[in-house]
Amino acid sequence: MMIDPLSVFLLLLGASTPILFAALGELVVERAGVLNLGVEGMMITGALAGFGAAYSTGNPFLGFLVAACAGAAISMLFAALTQVFLANQVASGLALTLFGLGLAAMLGKPFEGVRAPSMPAGPLRINWIVWLGLVMVPLVWWFLNRTRSGLILRAVGENHEAAHALGYNIRLTRLAAIAFGGAMAGVGGAFISIATVLQWTEGMTAGAGWIALAIVVFSNWTAPGVLAGAWLFGGVTVLQLRLQAAGVAVPVQLLSMAPYLATIIVLVAISARQKFSRRAGTGAPGSLGTNFHALR
Amino acid sequence: MTKGTDLAVPTVFRAEGIGKSYPGVRANDDISFAVRPGEIHALLGENGAGKSTLVKMIYGLVRPDEGRMFLLDAPHAPQDPRAARAAGVAMVFQHFSLFDALTVAENIALGMENPPPRRELAARITQVSHDFGLPLNPARRVVTLSAGERQRVEIIRCLLQNPRLLIMDEPTSVLTPQEAELLFATLRKLAAQGTAILYISHKLEEIRAHCDRATILRHGRVVESCDPRAHSARDLAAMMVGGQMRQIDRSGRQAGEVLLEVQGLSLPAPDAEGTALKDIALTLRAGEILGIGGVAGNGQEELLAALSGEVASRPGTVTLEGADLSGKGPEPRRVAGLLAAPEDRLGHAAVPDFSLIENTLLTAGARKGLVRRGLIDHGAARDYALAVIRDFDVRTPGPHVAARALSGGNLQKFVIGREVMQAPRVLVVNQPTWGVDAGAAAAVRQSLLDLARQGAGVIVISQDLDELLELSDRFCALNEGRLSPPVPTEGLTLDRIGLMLGGAHGMEEARI
Repeated sequence: MMIDPLSVFLLLLGASTPILFAALGELVVERAGVLNLGVEGMMITGALAGFGAAYSTGNPFLGFLVAACAGAAISMLFAALTQVFLANQVASGLALTLFGLGLAAMLGKPFEGVRAPSMPAGPLRINWIVWLGLVMVPLVWWFLNRTRSGLILRAVGENHEAAHALGYNIRLTRLAAIAFGGAMAGVGGAFISIATVLQWTEGMTAGAGWIALAIVVFSNWTAPGVLAGAWLFGGVTVLQLRLQAAGVAVPVQLLSMAPYLATIIVLVAISARQKFSRRAGTGAPGSLGTNFHALR
Repeated sequence: MTKGTDLAVPTVFRAEGIGKSYPGVRANDDISFAVRPGEIHALLGENGAGKSTLVKMIYGLVRPDEGRMFLLDAPHAPQDPRAARAAGVAMVFQHFSLFDALTVAENIALGMENPPPRRELAARITQVSHDFGLPLNPARRVVTLSAGERQRVEIIRCLLQNPRLLIMDEPTSVLTPQEAELLFATLRKLAAQGTAILYISHKLEEIRAHCDRATILRHGRVVESCDPRAHSARDLAAMMVGGQMRQIDRSGRQAGEVLLEVQGLSLPAPDAEGTALKDIALTLRAGEILGIGGVAGNGQEELLAALSGEVASRPGTVTLEGADLSGKGPEPRRVAGLLAAPEDRLGHAAVPDFSLIENTLLTAGARKGLVRRGLIDHGAARDYALAVIRDFDVRTPGPHVAARALSGGNLQKFVIGREVMQAPRVLVVNQPTWGVDAGAAAAVRQSLLDLARQGAGVIVISQDLDELLELSDRFCALNEGRLSPPVPTEGLTLDRIGLMLGGAHGMEEARI
């Protein structure tokens, strides 16, 4: 049995890109204090919109742009529900996922069975969008930790009452974060349809949105952690396919479970550290998942 | 002060006929007052008198319905706090407006309009904090700071803006006497530089000692503007509540047999932020009130949990009238007569979204027979809730109202009343009047004294030392999870207590 590490790594990059985009977007959303469980719905919307645009125009990059816009647009449904009408975030997020899956299935009928236009390879024969995803990791880190806007966003997510008392606009900050999360999820979804599978199939994101949500927790709400988590999932996915191909006698189900098991172990380790050390805490934003309403 | 009489004297801030209404409430009505340069100006009033609404308007968080404000004789109508800060208003909040997960420097940057680059800001924080004798490390996370240090962060955040008007909303409620002294030294230094300070507090003695003028609000209106040093605390309180304060009646109690005995109670810290209890010993007699003082975070919550039964301890450590309750949970202890009212009203003592009736059931179910064979006797629960509401003067539309809808003082009266009316043998309360206005606080304290007079033992854990001096017969200090031997309260001074509490917790090095 031979598994070439380099080829596995290249495959890993591809396999991890959709969840990397979605998880980076969700990271920013959650750092702003919003829990959007609609990642899967936004990804499938992006997958369809991106595929449709790429197929119709023959330009895959235009497809990704349209996917970002579509993801952001559908995320605004969630934003309107939770930020304007103060609906429960968990329920609204779940609704967004179901809505996105249904809408994409309905609108996607004309695109079934056609092939996506081919993409020109980027530097080192690695897809341009993979590069973009890798660049987004330090960019998101830098934005969150080194810019004033990022500081305000973290403040809003950490304690929205205090941020409001200091005069920051909670709703606007969160709307922007949700839109960014939607755009990133859209690009992630489009990567599956345009660059990986090369065609449109109903429900093709197959739970990638949920994995992205898990990775944000796994990362302890940091950008480098998201990259590590995405690579872990991508790596195990690729390795498992390779092992299957090589005919290793380990049940496929066990291998597929591995990334989820890893997440659970890391989560337990994080909370144990929180219990036993004075300094450490989880990186979970203080106001995560709670709505804010100010009396004027 | 009447309008227009002091035009010759320059003012930093002036309000003329300010009014603000919320649905069903007239929060502020025709409020006029002025703050002069270098003045520490007290804003006095009960909860709900409209102090918070008023300062929120000055700070741009709320907009007035009518009236005008002037800052340095220029019209002041800030759209939001940023505009207010730009105009020269800074505010230290009652509940700290800090971000736990962020560093000191990040927290301060968030309170500034145009913060300098990170390194420069860190240097300025270090410098300004040393200039004012409030040393701070800009790189530390706020979650690791003590209450006093957190307040320094808020104050430094304000000072870096060179404010003309500094608003402080009940700043000393979390401080030791020594820390409070240090705060006043800082405020006087600021005032000497010409900054005007608007100071909100319930603590009348503090205001009489440190403030130059006082404006007193009642039901949203200015009822008096005076020099607080020219009046006694009793007079000021009377102006606040609009009538004579009820005199606390301590009479008619005598210590009887031993009710509660705690021996060698040691417990590990429950979590990273908690405090371990170390070899606690105390004895409580019938008819006695034992006061336990200490700065927050020295084991108060842990001690209450160990006494209420939330946390079990080694056999023989907690004994009520000869029965060992150490391993028992809260419900058996309640049945035995050991009741408790924790500090956190909303979330610990009461379920915020439950009605008052349902909250009644949570602790009074067994003792008052509100639950029969696993079924709730709704009528009885309702009657008991109504009785608590009536006897403890809880202002609420009815017992079906959710706990979270009550004001802090009213919910506190309800929570204490719910326990007191079960006629406990021993009642343990933590911070019984925290954030409660003078009238409600007096009612709560009197109910505890009445309970003791009827032969129960009461343990009052509090950070309000005046309260402990007023209520308790004996006083213990809780310091880093250790309980000092009790001393008789009679003849104790605040200074002596301050020493018992272990000094100023790191504030000493600040006195340069």
